[in-house]
Amino acid sequence: MIYLRLFLAFLKIGAFTFGGGYAAVPLIRETVLSNGWMTDGMLSDMIAVSESTPGPIMVNMATFIGSTQAGVAGAAVSTLAVVLPSFTFIIILLKAMKKVIAGDGFKSVLGALKPCIAGIILATGFYMVLTNTLGRVQSPVFDFKALIMTAVLAAVFFGSRKFTKKGMSPILLIVISGAAGILLNL
Amino acid sequence: MKKLLELFLNFAKIGLFTFGGGYAMLPLIERVCVTDKRWISDEEMAGMPALAESSPGPVAINCATFVGYRQKGIAGAAAATLGMVTPSFIILLVISFFLDRFLENRWVAGAFYGIKLAVGILIIDAAVRLFSKLKKKALTVIIGSVSFLIMTAVNIFAVKLSSIVLMLIAAAAGYIIYLAGRKRRGGKAQ
Repeated sequence: MIYLRLFLAFLKIGAFTFGGGYAAVPLIRETVLSNGWMTDGMLSDMIAVSESTPGPIMVNMATFIGSTQAGVAGAAVSTLAVVLPSFTFIIILLKAMKKVIAGDGFKSVLGALKPCIAGIILATGFYMVLTNTLGRVQSPVFDFKALIMTAVLAAVFFGSRKFTKKGMSPILLIVISGAAGILLNL
Repeated sequence: MKKLLELFLNFAKIGLFTFGGGYAMLPLIERVCVTDKRWISDEEMAGMPALAESSPGPVAINCATFVGYRQKGIAGAAAATLGMVTPSFIILLVISFFLDRFLENRWVAGAFYGIKLAVGILIIDAAVRLFSKLKKKALTVIIGSVSFLIMTAVNIFAVKLSSIVLMLIAAAAGYIIYLAGRKRRGGKAQ
């Protein structure tokens, strides 16, 4: 049943993501590809939409995927599932677990978990750039336009931090890249 | 009841007016929950990023549940979380109905071609920022690069291996290191 599959998938995503929206992308990618819910291309569109709309990115992604798979009820089930682990964890934490979280054992676990998560996110981003520009091993393409555009966008985005303290916001990068995409594909 | 509605409405406002996810919401959460409403203390707010990082799930939901629970127990937590989720839910539901047809438009398709490239950069940036916040220890570098290499191989060769397996191994390694460290310290003390 699709509702149960959505519920369990997003429960897993909610329980195994630490540190916000982008950290969920590797797991969401695995989930939607293995269930055949989305292609890599649709995934990128969905992430872009979730980032450029207000609210928590993970909730946005859950609502979007749930809705495209099983309508309003699918969206509700997915959103509930992605929120539930966080909700339960914080309440248990406030009731009983403060000592566990402050303990050295938990800190040591997080100390090893965080670089692992960072590595997983980096691999996902790297693979996205790779498939955008060179295609995949199974079906290689060489998109010269995408390669140049990626290089320029990255230079502008990371370079902006040299000139202003906070640098360019992700939303501004999305707007610029969208405008460049329109101009280059007219 | 009035308090529950107040929690719901204020978190709905926070959810509706911030772009870029949980971390981007922290300043507004602080203004509403500390400065305006005095729902939580300065110290609690200062601990919020660390709390959110050590807790699973969306950062914004961690914060909403925390503040709501402090004010009105489980009902308060539910009201605040529901408030945080509602604007997102409605907006994304509407967009998801139209995005397919929207993407058939040449201009929109062109825009999303460019945006797709930006998304890759943003995700790399998120990973780099996460790395830069970590303590520079040999162990951090090793775990980070091994995880990166394994996941890259998994992605390229479409291996069926969930990243959850890697995370569980890393968590177990962290715990073993803690136990080993405790044993060593225990040994010294004797």
